[in-house]
Amino acid sequence: MTALAIPVVRRAVPFAAVICLLVVLTAILAPWIAPYDPNAIDPLNAYAPFSAAHPLGTDDLGRDLLSRLIHGSRTSLAGPLIVVVAAGTIGATLAITAAWFGGWFDALMSRALDVLFAFPGLVLAITVAALFGSGFITPVVALSVAFVPVIARVMRAAALRERNLPYIEALRVQGFGAWRICLRHLVPNLAPLLMVQAAIGFGYAMIDLASISFLGLGLQPPAADWGLMIANGQPSILAGFPQQSVTAAVAVVITVVAFTAVAERLATRFGGDVR
Amino acid sequence: MTLLQFDRLTVAVSGRPVLRRVTLDVAAGEAVGLVGESGSGKSMTVRSVMRLLPAGATVGGTVRFDGADVGALDAAGLRRMRSRDVAMVFQDPRAVVNPVRTVGDFLTEVLRDQGTGRSEATRRAAAALSEVGVGDAMRRLQQRPYELSGGLLQRVVIAAALLTGPRLILADEPTTALDTTTQEEVVAILAEQRRLRGTTLMFITHDLELAAAVCDRIAVMYAGEIVEILPAARLHSDARHPYTRALLGSRPGAVAPGERLRTVPGVPQSALTAPPGCVFADRCPHAEARCRDVRPVFTGSAACHLLEVL
Repeated sequence: MTALAIPVVRRAVPFAAVICLLVVLTAILAPWIAPYDPNAIDPLNAYAPFSAAHPLGTDDLGRDLLSRLIHGSRTSLAGPLIVVVAAGTIGATLAITAAWFGGWFDALMSRALDVLFAFPGLVLAITVAALFGSGFITPVVALSVAFVPVIARVMRAAALRERNLPYIEALRVQGFGAWRICLRHLVPNLAPLLMVQAAIGFGYAMIDLASISFLGLGLQPPAADWGLMIANGQPSILAGFPQQSVTAAVAVVITVVAFTAVAERLATRFGGDVR
Repeated sequence: MTLLQFDRLTVAVSGRPVLRRVTLDVAAGEAVGLVGESGSGKSMTVRSVMRLLPAGATVGGTVRFDGADVGALDAAGLRRMRSRDVAMVFQDPRAVVNPVRTVGDFLTEVLRDQGTGRSEATRRAAAALSEVGVGDAMRRLQQRPYELSGGLLQRVVIAAALLTGPRLILADEPTTALDTTTQEEVVAILAEQRRLRGTTLMFITHDLELAAAVCDRIAVMYAGEIVEILPAARLHSDARHPYTRALLGSRPGAVAPGERLRTVPGVPQSALTAPPGCVFADRCPHAEARCRDVRPVFTGSAACHLLEVL
């Protein structure tokens, strides 16, 4: 059951696509559209309410929340993007090699991926971050590794199906080598499915990375990052100023829902079993 | 000069026999038709030339192409033979063309791989399309397979097969997947082009008449064996083997309109289920006791104990 089974969600897909576009543009243009420096402290103005000067108010140090939210979109999008690009590249490469060579190589690769798949990605990433230190890179790398089997399993099944189609044999009959057939025919023909996989993975990666930041194992203060903002806003909730946590959480939820809705629409468009 | 030589080729897949002692010489420039029911080993015979046998196949005997044992070729030699010397035309053109690339990509790929420049490759691809009767070639090169009809696409496949100037074309039922109306055109084009170029052809079909029209000689296969080889021109007059005669007798044209079509009685046997003696013994109207027990030797033009009598 996908979210698209809900009629409202299905009709909202174009709207979701616009949101995705806006979020991406925000991240790219952050320095130019943010009204303030996200790290500019103004203690006299702490916990400012909604106003024309500060549309979302300010946090405990008087930093403009809208500016922090806008700048936070950068790491919040870049993290998942790196994860799906890295996991997609590695996963697709492993999948196609396994499907192409088959036999014991395929069996070994598949079992290895199953073992990796058995680890929940988030737990793996948290463990690695705890061991090797927090920051931006460590959780992203760990999560990329955790996402490889997710993508590789789907891609392997598709590559196996594609590899057994007669046109691939016809290419072999024409004397083309494995390398060339894979790069020029298999990869381009599997690319749509890979894109869909990456798009769906993006939403999951975003939540996972936000969770890691929330737990304090990702980016460290004073970085503006949505997961970190949710965590750092907690004491303020008790103080009666929930804006920081709420706005950052809403940003995460809206972005994830929008990206996933678009991804699932792409999945139905390009057909096939995507999970 | 013999270009292709099957010498007692025997193939078994996971222990089950598929081909038995297939022996056939194909001269350079000759067209040989392989005819027989489904499962008689026609495709397997042709595929063994390209070493395209299923996993787990064991091969006895030899296939020689231009004197070289195909089974002994190394990877580079096999690739060279596949890309330069032998071309294959399959049953269903839709299945063998990458569905998301253009016709032009499909046609020029081998040429480009062999170092031909882009514009030169495109020019030659367009010329090849014109030769097989595809009009408006430059536009066709831009199109994708789904935009072409089956007959047109099979012509594209034939054009691709001819493009690299192969010495041998293997056509595995090239018209089976096409409409009846386009079948004749496509076969005529293949036959004409290969005659013009003097290319050797092995042509697989169920259709005896078609084989006789296209080929110089016809080899009739049954249960993994060649049971009779005869010149196409003398197919009707000289067919001696009871199986060939039964096939000829079951053509729609063999009976008057309105009459019930004749069939070959019994069930087609495969090489695995064939009786120990003559493979056709259990369906043969003339079979004697020795036919069931002793395997006939291929002498002259056919493998049959009763060749002199019939």
